[in-house]
Amino acid sequence: MTRVTAPHAAFALALVGLSTVPLWVGNSYYVDVASQILLFAVFALALNVLVGYGGLVSLGHAGLFAVSGYTAGLMLQAGFGHAVAIAGAVLATLLTSAVFAVLALRSTGIGFLMITLALGQILWGIAYRWADLTNGDNGVSISTRPAPFGMSLSGAPSFYYATLVVFLFALAAMAAFERSPFGASLRGTRDQARRMTALGYNVWLIRFLAFLFSGFWCSVAGLLYLYNKQFISPQVSALQASAEVLLMVISGGTATLLGPIAGAAIVVIMKYVVSAYVVRWNLVLGVIFVAIITFMPEGLVPGSVRIWGFARRRWRALRPARKPTAGAPP
Amino acid sequence: MFPPPLATASGGGSLGTLDHGSLYHVSKEPPQMTLWLTLAVNSIAFGGLLFLLSAGFSLIFGLMRIPNLMHGSFFMLGAYFGVTLLAVGANFWVAALASGLAMAIIGGGVERLLLRRLAGQELAQVLLTLGLSFIVSDLCLIIWTGDPWQPLAPAELRGVVRAGGMIFPLYRLAVVVIAVAVAAALWVMVDWTRLGAMIRAGVDDAPIARVVGIRVSRLFTLVFALGAALAAFAGVVGAPILSVYPGLDADMLPLALIVVILGGSGSLLGALVGSFMIGFLYNFGQARFPDLAYVILFLPMLLVLVLRPQGLFGKGGS
Repeated sequence: MTRVTAPHAAFALALVGLSTVPLWVGNSYYVDVASQILLFAVFALALNVLVGYGGLVSLGHAGLFAVSGYTAGLMLQAGFGHAVAIAGAVLATLLTSAVFAVLALRSTGIGFLMITLALGQILWGIAYRWADLTNGDNGVSISTRPAPFGMSLSGAPSFYYATLVVFLFALAAMAAFERSPFGASLRGTRDQARRMTALGYNVWLIRFLAFLFSGFWCSVAGLLYLYNKQFISPQVSALQASAEVLLMVISGGTATLLGPIAGAAIVVIMKYVVSAYVVRWNLVLGVIFVAIITFMPEGLVPGSVRIWGFARRRWRALRPARKPTAGAPP
Repeated sequence: MFPPPLATASGGGSLGTLDHGSLYHVSKEPPQMTLWLTLAVNSIAFGGLLFLLSAGFSLIFGLMRIPNLMHGSFFMLGAYFGVTLLAVGANFWVAALASGLAMAIIGGGVERLLLRRLAGQELAQVLLTLGLSFIVSDLCLIIWTGDPWQPLAPAELRGVVRAGGMIFPLYRLAVVVIAVAVAAALWVMVDWTRLGAMIRAGVDDAPIARVVGIRVSRLFTLVFALGAALAAFAGVVGAPILSVYPGLDADMLPLALIVVILGGSGSLLGALVGSFMIGFLYNFGQARFPDLAYVILFLPMLLVLVLRPQGLFGKGGS
């Protein structure tokens, strides 16, 4: 930390940029979009713990996100205060994550993906069908946002700042996690599970704790979503939602800090832009998925770098061939 | 979003073969015994449909290790093809077979052109099929609109069978017969033919199968096409019961997933047993606990995962 390096400068610049968004964006609608980018970035960072560092691809994370939002929403509707509702939501999500983890960690790879998908569908089924509890397709709406330390969050800029603070906490937690022995051991279980076992690590426990860590930040993102929209409906728990957040992680580049954030920004902005012109967001989502997986399986950022490098090499390889033809006639 | 229940909570009066236009048609409340029997027949019919859907899913998963997340799309797209053919006056069975054939070509194409490029990258393959399923569902919404289509059952099967003072809808019985016939045919193919032996070899150990000269990659395409065809055929056969609507794919895919987790991947017997279990659970759950029917479906899956992760009839390991 003694020398100021380019990454430090970039980070400071980004921080300045992020903290002044409401000033230069102006329109509160776009400030709201910025809040959503940040909250989905928290969600994507949470999923990246499992997908990127753990090598465990979950297609049920929208379920965890929804458990958090629904628990808080229903508790608020039942008359509890914000603090109690938030604590209840985090607790409920952690419990659900633990159940998810116990079941899904019976397997890894494809099995893990299938089990999380099925579990996510159960939660969708509850959100959509158990109308007595969740109000079914009509969803749950809440009337107020919390006012931490007496500051009202009802306006778009103030909510943006609150989201930014939470986002920075999430980022710091992820950075600390990435550097910690725990993060290293999780990467170890991803790359060399058998060797980790031989070294005496409890691979299952490491993965289980990683799942809880991921679940915690999912619940934070779910709460932010609930308070942002002041409404939650079964759609947030659908398979499409799980696929969307997975796309954020994959498109930005897994197992990096910035990848999921870039991915969240790309997906959210694209969703808003596309929705403004066509109603077929799912179609676009599918096409992006297929294109990324077929052409840039390593993610948009590294993939673009690779394709750019490839194009440049081809260009260089072509150029010398042109010189003789250009000089030949005279 | 959700398949119209085969028997609604209004008491199985929606048996509905007499009046195929309205699934939710409420007739006189039948006696309790008949209600259960009706539910049982519906369960078996739904189980038969599920088997047609999940047999291919199971074989694809067993052989290629890909949970084909566009299997529900095959089902829905096939059903849409079928109802379109029916709308222009095709014979029901011709429509079902033609739709199956069309989907075999599409499925084979997807495998050859897209999945093949990602050989060995299971995760990328899964995500690719997921992306394709989103594309298919939105395309279907554009082409066939959001209104549900519900074709009539073929004319010769619209009646009912009376036995012992009770009434059984003929079409549902026919669905069961078809499913059993397909199960038998698949069983003969897998267990008694050379092709089946090669598929089994591929499921058990693909690299070794390659070493002894089996063209596993060609088998992949074949099995994928067969699975797609079966799903499409099931979609058309199921259309008079379930109707065809946007979101049918997302409704059927998890069911196929549960069946395969229950029965064990690559096992036809597992798919058969799992399908009927889910068929019963779904219909009885729908009748008794309509709110939680969908959740109840997953309970046996969770039990199996905890007690026997490889599935009831699956082989150990993997």
